[in-house]
Amino acid sequence: MRRTRLIQSIALHVVITAGALLFLMPIFWMLLSATKANNVILSLPPTLAFGDALAANWAELADDLPFLRNVFNSVGIAVIYTLVATMVCAMGGYALAKFRFFGRGAVFTLILVALTIPFEVRIIPQYLLIARDMGLTNTWWAIILPGLANALGIFFMRQNMLSVPSELLEAARIDGASEARIFAQVVLPIMQPALAAVGIVLLLFQWNDFLWPLLVLTSREAYTIPVALGTLVGLTRVSWGGIMVGTAIATIPFLIMFLFLQRYFVAGITAGAVKD
Amino acid sequence: MATPLPAPRRRRRIPWTPYLFLAPFLAAFAVFWTWPIVYSLFLSFVNTRRRPWTFDPWFNWGRLLQDTAFWDALGNTLIILAVQVPLMLMVAIALALAFDSDLLRLKGFYRFAFFAPLVLGAVPYSAVFRLIFNVDFGILNYGLTSLGLPPVRWLTETAPAMATIMIALTWRWSGYNAIILLSGLQSIPRVLYEAARIDGAGAWAQLWHITLPLLRPVLLFCFVLSTIGTLQLFTEPFLITVTGPGGATETLVTYLYKQGFRNFNFGYASAIAYAVALIAAGFSLLQIRLVGGRNNG
Repeated sequence: MRRTRLIQSIALHVVITAGALLFLMPIFWMLLSATKANNVILSLPPTLAFGDALAANWAELADDLPFLRNVFNSVGIAVIYTLVATMVCAMGGYALAKFRFFGRGAVFTLILVALTIPFEVRIIPQYLLIARDMGLTNTWWAIILPGLANALGIFFMRQNMLSVPSELLEAARIDGASEARIFAQVVLPIMQPALAAVGIVLLLFQWNDFLWPLLVLTSREAYTIPVALGTLVGLTRVSWGGIMVGTAIATIPFLIMFLFLQRYFVAGITAGAVKD
Repeated sequence: MATPLPAPRRRRRIPWTPYLFLAPFLAAFAVFWTWPIVYSLFLSFVNTRRRPWTFDPWFNWGRLLQDTAFWDALGNTLIILAVQVPLMLMVAIALALAFDSDLLRLKGFYRFAFFAPLVLGAVPYSAVFRLIFNVDFGILNYGLTSLGLPPVRWLTETAPAMATIMIALTWRWSGYNAIILLSGLQSIPRVLYEAARIDGAGAWAQLWHITLPLLRPVLLFCFVLSTIGTLQLFTEPFLITVTGPGGATETLVTYLYKQGFRNFNFGYASAIAYAVALIAAGFSLLQIRLVGGRNNG
């Protein structure tokens, strides 16, 4: 019995290690290529060692695009979007979970229906609204505004807000605290894990979003990182080293975050997956 | 009339409080969800090919039914769906089982290896895959030839291009699904396995008769999510294969993009978008019927 367990364990580890190396390979290759000169990347056999062209690749990338500006756009948009959208979802989720009011059921149903409708259905009118009617092309607001009402975000916040003890809210009300103050000083502190989960998922989604920014950001100065890199990838004569530096810049912050904040990522990903 | 939930008898009434809390969400929701969904449906009945736009209910939908490019894009999308989603979910189930097993050591390392792809954006990983799968200097073809196998024209032949997209998607989303499945596995009561062991059930029997049946609702969730995701596939074919060769990896949404934002035919693009939504809804219902069975509604 012990022996079969040992053999099983070894077999499992052999298979899963092979799989793990295969899965890590693209990330490793990205980091490796970011340090290699372009002619090294294009030559065979491929070298498995880090090169010394990181600075040169960066220079090439910064030559092709205003990449620092693109990074700044990405960071600014992602941070503002995440803070505001998380707060909007938290406030809405709080109202849906902890108050009884006319129209509550209708709003909740509407949100559940919205969850099932693909984004593409909204893309044309949203484009007309942002680009034509509001004239927001090439601004941060073009990216931030349309995503503020996140159906999954408010749904997740609502489910979590249900667990806030109503007695606590009542006690604060009897003490004479205003509703805004109760929300800020009683509800939000209890909800920190849920806020972190929603915040991380929204941040990741916004940071990586491509299709929508591609439509409303048309000037190189206004590009976010994905749009900027996307314009390089399709070119026939490309600086692969430069692109890989850009992808590394886009990816490394989240790889590090993932190492330390895994449980929040997992909580956000499994939001609504397990029925209860 | 609004009253805090638990104490309906309280005298203090603040009927506007929940509305104020909901106001920002509802405002954004009305402008960027409700209105676009309605307007898009309307646009799908409008001829937008020349100004002024005219209401012509059959103009776009009639064209859609006869447009071979649309049906090709749908066909490509369905092929990816039919091959890639089951493949990925099998990988994901295997991963979830491995992570749930007490035989596995070094879980932190393996978790990072398999779950790290899910933080990569579609653009960065598409770029990396385009490099790895490059026909002439990609490391994959180098690996194949050094094993004595012929190189594959990954990005320039139909079947290999499709395979490239499927491999990329599987790499990116297996860990994501494994996380969801793992949370499902962990909610299965351990006593069931103990009882089965006492009754003499082996590992396979336990997998077939306990794990998979009880995992069904979560598996269904993954199935529906992956199906909708595949129907919305855009960045990978747009960047890795550039929808080629010769449109072989054109998908519904890359086609929608071309109609809407290269030809600026908003009416037709709206019809395509609604077609995608209808197909997604149809698939979701079908899967809930087929896989869901009686114990989840």
